[in-house]
Amino acid sequence: MKILVAIKQVPARDSLLTAAASGKWIDESNLEYEINEPDAYALEEALQLKEAHGGEVVAVCAGPDRASATIREALAKGADRAIHIAVDDIVDWDTLATAKLLAAAVKTEAPDLVLTGLQSDDVGAGQAGVVMAELLGLPHATIIMQVDIEGGMLRVKRELEDGWFQHVGMPLPAVLTIQSGIKKLRYATLMGIKKAKTKEVKTLTPGELGVSHVASYELVGVTLPQKSKQTQMVKTVAELVEKLKNEVHVL
Amino acid sequence: MSGILAVLEAGHKLSAETLAAAVDLGAKLGLSVHSVEPGGTYTADGFTDGLAELIRTKQFQVVLFPHTYQVRDFAPKLATRFDRSLISDVIRLRVDSGVLFVTRQLFQGKMNAEIKPLGEPVFLSLQAGAYRAGEAEGVVVEAMPAAGAAPRQKPEEKFREAARAVDLSAAPIIVSVGRGIKEKENLSLIEDLAGALGAEIAASRPICDNGWLPMERQVGSSGQTVAPKLYVAVGLSGAIQHLVGMKGAKTVVAINKDENAPIFEVADYGMCADLFEVLPALTAAIRAAKG
Repeated sequence: MKILVAIKQVPARDSLLTAAASGKWIDESNLEYEINEPDAYALEEALQLKEAHGGEVVAVCAGPDRASATIREALAKGADRAIHIAVDDIVDWDTLATAKLLAAAVKTEAPDLVLTGLQSDDVGAGQAGVVMAELLGLPHATIIMQVDIEGGMLRVKRELEDGWFQHVGMPLPAVLTIQSGIKKLRYATLMGIKKAKTKEVKTLTPGELGVSHVASYELVGVTLPQKSKQTQMVKTVAELVEKLKNEVHVL
Repeated sequence: MSGILAVLEAGHKLSAETLAAAVDLGAKLGLSVHSVEPGGTYTADGFTDGLAELIRTKQFQVVLFPHTYQVRDFAPKLATRFDRSLISDVIRLRVDSGVLFVTRQLFQGKMNAEIKPLGEPVFLSLQAGAYRAGEAEGVVVEAMPAAGAAPRQKPEEKFREAARAVDLSAAPIIVSVGRGIKEKENLSLIEDLAGALGAEIAASRPICDNGWLPMERQVGSSGQTVAPKLYVAVGLSGAIQHLVGMKGAKTVVAINKDENAPIFEVADYGMCADLFEVLPALTAAIRAAKG
């Protein structure tokens, strides 16, 4: 079974974010990057499915040069090879345009299963998987907590709201978006890191994939959110305890 | 003939807010307002086919959805069929000289982005609390066209896991912990604080994903919804998925070392500090105050 996993590189989770001088995006000059967490779970699920059913795991990632660090990490964890869609201005590509790049790369591989995280920690549109499915003409399901494969059919456990779940069946090939926490994440081993250096990474450009950059929305500007409540900031523990006692009346 | 279509979800509390947004937007843009509530068994294929047919036939310019799990499952597919992006999780709509601008969050609520949709139809999904539910007069109710081809997804009955052993919804005081706690071993700091306050312990999703606390202690859109008298958020950034589960709290105290953490936007009292320095002192001071 050939499984493709679409992964994204995002700013590290505890980054302190400020708007860039242009006001159109965050200031990226001093950021560190990491794999988007839900995509790490999608990769983990792919690796475990391969361990159970055999086959191959191919990671695909769209981004500038820096994305190669995230691709190497996926290879170190056990992906067999990778596709790097080289796009310097990836942050200017909207949800649909980015998904078109990913779908075009997936199409060249004709996989049995495509996995990705349910959303990204940066833009958070939560759509790449579903849009890819439509572009590829494949069935899909989202927010998946369990994947079972039997006789060319897929049976997945979807998370619904308020603690509800639902099993859904569908034929392969298909696209699934994976919920964080589906399995325990593995760490890359030293051996894995060493091996990753020799694994194949194919680089493709949007032009080679036949995808042109068309926008369906324009990002006007980014700002820090306004506070909706009047937050009283306290400096000391004593001050906080005084508030809990005299204003909140819980002590 | 054209207008705004609000796609409602039967029985979902966000449907009324979405309809109110459609009515407001219709007035501002001078468009007629329509609604449709697809019925029957949900499948992404079936809902997409039916709604695509309706939107194409009636040539709607704007399509609004509530940002529910179900909408997340099919609305991106529907928008793609019209070669548009769904602009998801919108928290504000603004019309300036007849032009629509929408605001959505980035980086789990740490930043807001204002976006101008290009081309039509415009597909938007609205986050909870973006609009107050209100009067919805003059809305034309549309019928969902019959499904086309048989859907490929075969959904089974919905179910809940074994009954929750912990019911946080009735807890008067909750101490909730996020990623800032760093290691499972550090949870004893949270247990001590909760013990001193007589509080239940809750957590954001990543803590439960890691298996540090059971899933049943998770607060948020995929966990429990709580409304305590006091909610103490420790090392918890306040992603929207968490905030929707605790916004009913009467008083919110947030302790976080990032002054821009979105949790401070909803906090009544905030302390920008390292939790590892603050918690032992806070626990001791609360014990002392209680005598």
